[in-house]
Amino acid sequence: MTEFWHIICILGLALITLITRSFFFISERQWELPPLVQRGLQFAPIAALSAVIIPEIFMFHSQFVPPLTNARIYAALGGTLYFVLRKGQGQVVLGTIVFGMAIYLPLHLGLGWN
Amino acid sequence: MFFLKENYSHPAFKVGVRDISSAAPGIAAWGMMIGVAMIQSGMNVFDSVLMTLIVFAGSSQLAAIPLLAAGAPLWVVWATAFCVNLRFVVFSAHLRPYMMSWPRWQRLIAAYLTADLSYVQFVRRYESPAQDLSGRQSEQAYLAGNCFLNWSSWMVASLIGIALAHYIPPDWGLGFAGVLALVGVTCSLASSSLKRISCVVGGIVSVLFFALPLRLNILIAITCSVVVCLGFEVLYNRYQRKEAL
Repeated sequence: MTEFWHIICILGLALITLITRSFFFISERQWELPPLVQRGLQFAPIAALSAVIIPEIFMFHSQFVPPLTNARIYAALGGTLYFVLRKGQGQVVLGTIVFGMAIYLPLHLGLGWN
Repeated sequence: MFFLKENYSHPAFKVGVRDISSAAPGIAAWGMMIGVAMIQSGMNVFDSVLMTLIVFAGSSQLAAIPLLAAGAPLWVVWATAFCVNLRFVVFSAHLRPYMMSWPRWQRLIAAYLTADLSYVQFVRRYESPAQDLSGRQSEQAYLAGNCFLNWSSWMVASLIGIALAHYIPPDWGLGFAGVLALVGVTCSLASSSLKRISCVVGGIVSVLFFALPLRLNILIAITCSVVVCLGFEVLYNRYQRKEAL
């Protein structure tokens, strides 16, 4: 039996997705970002991705994992190396995933590394 | 959006689909793990399917799931999700000049469907907003195509995750494929030294502030990266002007 408040909660979460993603263009009012901010925003995408993935790679359950037995570091490095060697051409993100997982899964499942 | 003929019949639609297709297996793996996580945390199938279909935001779902399971007050769940989603507010400031010429309902639907990767690939493909109509049509079609494949691979995988939740042990670590997809996209963004600096600063700051609640470390990391890179840019321009004199 689904509780009523669960549905309200989930509807609210969907609304939050909509509001945060459209935050600065819900209103029709004319205004422009200061040019400095506008220029600075070009550095936001890569910073955001890096801010998401670096803790995912180096930490586990909020703890720093010893790097030498951290399978995810080797996998991420392997994936990056693949990307660089392919010079970013073609379906290179797919290759990064496949190559990285090929390093990660044996170390993680075979040796039990994090 | 992708259901409009002017978008899906435009050549840029296919380009958008192609750009995201390379990352789609990672998106799918991550979506699947979120489907699994919902069921394994004790949510019922109806709630999990509803959440998948309408919330469409992996990291805020991941943050909300344990709170929902623990019976936390509504405002706590919502405040958490809002903070986890704050990076999208930054992205929306960036996307604004591209989108303001579209009708409002299209803007809202497009924004709702634009998750991290679609935003990142869109602003990489179109570094500055088009000034003419045909350029704007191409932008709109590209974003529609990109979001379409991102959304559908996420949805299908998440629903499969819900269906197979009892057969997929979370400690296999399949979700790591999602991180690797982001690694690949990050590499493709590192096109200048300043952007590489932004990447390094963002990663370090995010780890340093990891202990903060509500994933505020991500927001602080973005802010620090932007400020540091702008600082470097100003210094570099000043240095160049001195050279020229």
